[in-house]
Amino acid sequence: MASTEEIRSGLADIVNEVAGIPADDVQLDKSFTDDLDVDSLSMVEVVVAAEEKFGVKIPDDEVKNLKTVGDAVAYIENAQGS
Amino acid sequence: MTTSTPETVRPGITAGRGAEHTAILGIGGYRPSRVVTNAEICEYIDSSDEWIRTRSGIIERRWALPHETVQMMSVAAARKALMRAGIEAAQVDCVIVATVSHLMQTPAVAPLISDELGATPAAAFDISAACAGFCFGVSMASDMIRCGSAKHVLVIGVERLSDITDVTDRGTAFIFADGAGAAVVGPSPTEGIGPVVWGADGSRYDLIRQKQPWKDVLESAEPSMPHLRMDGNPVFRWASFEMAKVAAEALDKAGVSPDDLDVFLPHQANMRIIDAMARTLRLPERVVIARDIAYQGNTSAASIPLATEALLEAGQAKSGDLALFVAFGAGLAYAAQVVRLP
Repeated sequence: MASTEEIRSGLADIVNEVAGIPADDVQLDKSFTDDLDVDSLSMVEVVVAAEEKFGVKIPDDEVKNLKTVGDAVAYIENAQGS
Repeated sequence: MTTSTPETVRPGITAGRGAEHTAILGIGGYRPSRVVTNAEICEYIDSSDEWIRTRSGIIERRWALPHETVQMMSVAAARKALMRAGIEAAQVDCVIVATVSHLMQTPAVAPLISDELGATPAAAFDISAACAGFCFGVSMASDMIRCGSAKHVLVIGVERLSDITDVTDRGTAFIFADGAGAAVVGPSPTEGIGPVVWGADGSRYDLIRQKQPWKDVLESAEPSMPHLRMDGNPVFRWASFEMAKVAAEALDKAGVSPDDLDVFLPHQANMRIIDAMARTLRLPERVVIARDIAYQGNTSAASIPLATEALLEAGQAKSGDLALFVAFGAGLAYAAQVVRLP
């Protein structure tokens, strides 16, 4: 199981690869749409890459609840724990 | 009771026998004349040119004028395909029309198209496989020719999606468009159509569909056209990732490696899906990727033949090139195959 920081950093690499956003900007309090300019389609790509990287399932219905980087990290942590 | 003696054995049935190899012999398209810009779309929905471009890659699309009917566009596309294939309409044994926007419950539009072309009494029927319809049709045509049920088959993908698009729906108004594409499939000295990888997933029937069944429309107080509805993000996810796997499987089944591929010709659903699929497939840089959607919009069953014709006419692809088709849409139905371009 990965630590919170490991998940945040792994997610930051994915956001960087999908949307070209500097990985250092991808902090827990940042909103994907408002702060990082990740649109809904890029968010789908981020989610699919995160599923693969962290070995979790993130259903379509959950994606809209992942507003901030912190939301996504918490979801992945929980999913890994269960 | 009779006992089985050589004298009482009934005569058997002779099996049909067809061609060993099949290929697409000619391709043609018809683009309707009305150019609809993003600025015009933004008169109907609260959006912007930039938003539409970044979400879909669409700069403008083609919508049909009243005289550019499903039949008219199909006949125009088919005549070009026949001419390029060097086949007369009278040599066509079967006409398959893939469409979801011929607004007549029955009969199919295929017999009308066939008759106008001069192909009567060829077998003629429509198939309903939405955006995957053209690839379904190519696969069926190829199998018919291999089995001997037909020698030359005309496969047409045609849509007037503007008739069933809600121009006030922010999720779909900017995507859908009109057009027709046709292919003549026939026997070939070498293999030109690889094994199809196809399927359907009715558990996700609701993701893209007509808003209401006709019965509900007729029973409502104010009947109106039941337009198309689409749940964009789940469709994007399915198309971008699961369909990339289907495309990879089609390459594998055809024994063609990504390094041997010349052209990637996915259904022109959305530029973002095309980009995501190309990334997932890790196609070599030199593979030409069809991006016809930018100026044509999403024409469902017509998109692959239209995009193929555009690449051939622009010299970006050439006769003999190996191309990967992958199409996906409402159903959810999907199909992929490797073909050699005519």
